[in-house]
Amino acid sequence: MILSVRDFAIGFQREGQNLVAVDGISFDVEAGETFVIIGESGSGKSLTGMSIAGLQPPTAFVSGSIRFKDREMLNRPDAELRKLRGPEIGLIYQDPLSSLNPVWPVGDQIAETLTAHGLADRAEANKRAVEMLERVRIPDPRRVASAYPHEISGGMRQRAMIAMALAANPSLLIADEPTTALDVTIKAQILELLADLKRELALTIILITHDMGVVAEVADRILVLYAGRIAEIGPADSIMLQPSHPYTAALMTSAMISQTPAKQELNAIVGGAPGLGAFPAGCRFHPRCPRAQDDCNTVEPPRRKFGAVELACHHPIEVAMSLQVARS
Amino acid sequence: MALLELDAVSKTFSQRRGGRAVQAVAGVSLAVGKGETLGLVGESGCGKSTLARLALKLVDVTDGRVRFDGVDVTGLTGRRMLPIRRRLQAVFQDPLASLNARMTIAEVMREPFDTHGVKLGAGLEARIRELLSFVGLENIDIQKLPGQFSGGQLQRIAIVRALALEPEIIVADEPTSALDPSIQAQIVNLMLQIQRKRGISYLIISHDLDVIGHVADRIAVMYLGTIIEQGTADEIMQRPLHPYTQALLSAAPTLAARRQVGWKRIMLSGDPPNPADVPSGCRFHPRCHLARDICRTNVPPLRAMPGTGQMVACHLAPDETARAGAEVGRDRRGLPLAG
Ligand SMILES: Nc1ncnc2c1ncn2[C@@H]1O[C@H](COP(=O)(O)OP(=O)(O)OP(=O)(O)O)[C@@H](O)[C@H]1O
Ligand SMILES: Nc1ncnc2c1ncn2[C@@H]1O[C@H](COP(=O)(O)OP(=O)(O)O)[C@@H](O)[C@H]1O
Ligand code: SF4
Ligand code: SF4
Ligand SMILES: [Mg+2]
Ligand SMILES: [Mg+2]
Repeated sequence: MILSVRDFAIGFQREGQNLVAVDGISFDVEAGETFVIIGESGSGKSLTGMSIAGLQPPTAFVSGSIRFKDREMLNRPDAELRKLRGPEIGLIYQDPLSSLNPVWPVGDQIAETLTAHGLADRAEANKRAVEMLERVRIPDPRRVASAYPHEISGGMRQRAMIAMALAANPSLLIADEPTTALDVTIKAQILELLADLKRELALTIILITHDMGVVAEVADRILVLYAGRIAEIGPADSIMLQPSHPYTAALMTSAMISQTPAKQELNAIVGGAPGLGAFPAGCRFHPRCPRAQDDCNTVEPPRRKFGAVELACHHPIEVAMSLQVARS
Repeated sequence: MALLELDAVSKTFSQRRGGRAVQAVAGVSLAVGKGETLGLVGESGCGKSTLARLALKLVDVTDGRVRFDGVDVTGLTGRRMLPIRRRLQAVFQDPLASLNARMTIAEVMREPFDTHGVKLGAGLEARIRELLSFVGLENIDIQKLPGQFSGGQLQRIAIVRALALEPEIIVADEPTSALDPSIQAQIVNLMLQIQRKRGISYLIISHDLDVIGHVADRIAVMYLGTIIEQGTADEIMQRPLHPYTQALLSAAPTLAARRQVGWKRIMLSGDPPNPADVPSGCRFHPRCHLARDICRTNVPPLRAMPGTGQMVACHLAPDETARAGAEVGRDRRGLPLAG
């Protein structure tokens, strides 16, 4: 096990109130797996991912524990966290333009991740930057190394960012919506690249996305977040093909457009996700849940284990039925 | 007769500082019939939005004609275009950017009525409420500013606003791309419901073949400013014949990929092309795995395939592309999730 998250919570103060965004979640990530976090926008995916890298917003309050390779990451001094980011944990984001420095050649930025950690001298680092660009399949890596971010295409920038995240050879890669801003053809290239790199470099990947096609393609295990709580967690095949939690089932059917006959209405989830500070009592999903009963309005469902899957629901869909729900 | 017709339209942007001119749209002909949904797909930068703006007459064509309900509107401007605008509305990708941030929702909603001199007097507020109720927003505070609503709520507001004057066609440029999947499904459903109730036409533009494959009756595929394939949605989704369409269809990751043993993707090498530097011959040839000498020199015309209405611009279609097309094609009847 490379990562162990226990009772992790993060929130913000607004107008004298404590607003909890992620509310006491626990999960483990095994070395070498692709662990995917899904959930609607605002459910707490990014806050969770960034906190694993010790990058929670400065105004946030946190509690619980995040242990990465037996080191506690929460409340660790910034200087020590910086030492881990790069050589231990690599990060990629949705929008490479906002995380690459616009006035600095791409190659220098990659080299910097090595020199900053004293892993190589300037000349060695520059050489390695070109190697990394080649490794992420950039044609003519030498030219791209001396180019500025705006001089290369979106797909190339995303590759350059992956090269930067992986230059110092981390064991964990956290990717927050890495393909969301990309065209399908480029998205496909990036997914194949990540799969290859994972094999070549023995990486563990934590992937955050709302693109279910991407999830279907790469996930080993899936964590489903709803309003800051874990709805369901388990092997990707169970979660995608036989969801037991009503929210997961609804998410899958609304996202898998091609599963619904053309021109027919999709199985959309009614209403919108609750905002911070407006989480309903009982099961947080109850106002939108087609299976809700009286107990759902008042009693928060505990997390229970069903085979390899764990879920928090009073009235889960049984497997035989989940097939039906998925089909209807 | 088609409701909206683009006849060999082109748009060239001249670059500042002596750069090369960019031909964003290069001789495209498309027609949207009454009550029909035409889906337009293609990669970023291929000219989709420019085409939408030409169709909406937000920019002028460099060449070609635009016709609305049989009337040539290419040269119409200002006041003379107003009656057409009322029948032809738009929805854009980013709802926050497309609505005036300083106007309240009430003001945003009454603007189309004011612009077109539709006077409802005391009935206006009721009409606005009624419109909002179509999209489940009857209870929102319409004195709030757009910034105080979520992306999904704003996109629903943008759609009912476009519907306010009961247009005959809506041109929607990436209407769901910025949204979460669950909100995206709500918007898709809304658009389908409106069409069923009112028989309106859509020109829907997206790079998401899933969405287009679901809502469209016909599909046109754009590459570097030109249409390279066109046909019924069934033809394009089940049996695409252009190597580019095939790559697009097989590139999109889906659940099918997880399930199918032996599933293989046609990978496109290289980046989306640059309209300032159009390749000779077939525009797609630098990225095409079937390319041969003739492709580098001769432009393949868009031509009808034998026995169908499917139009394809490829020297080798259908003889050498039909098999791959059948392999990557998808059934539009929907697959069960499990199985
Ligand atoms: N006003 C303009 N001046 C110069 N070039 C332009 C202008 N508008 C668009 N272009 C260029 O024309 C081409 C087509 O642009 P367009 O916005 O139509 O693409 P698109 O297919 O809608 O892409 P996306 O999927 O990214 O929205 C691009 O190369 C773009 O840079
Ligand atoms: N710096 C911040 N200050 C206040 N609220 C925040 C901050 N960052 C995130 N939030 C809130 O926390 C919740 C979860 O955010 P996030 O993890 O970014 O969601 P996701 O990635 O799932 O879309 C949201 O309601 C968001 O608005
Ligand atoms: S606990 Fe009740 S409301 Fe919550 S998901 Fe389960 S059935 Fe639905
Ligand atoms: S004409 Fe040639 S290069 Fe163009 S799509 Fe057909 S085979 Fe490929
Ligand atoms: Mg996020
Ligand atoms: Mg566009």
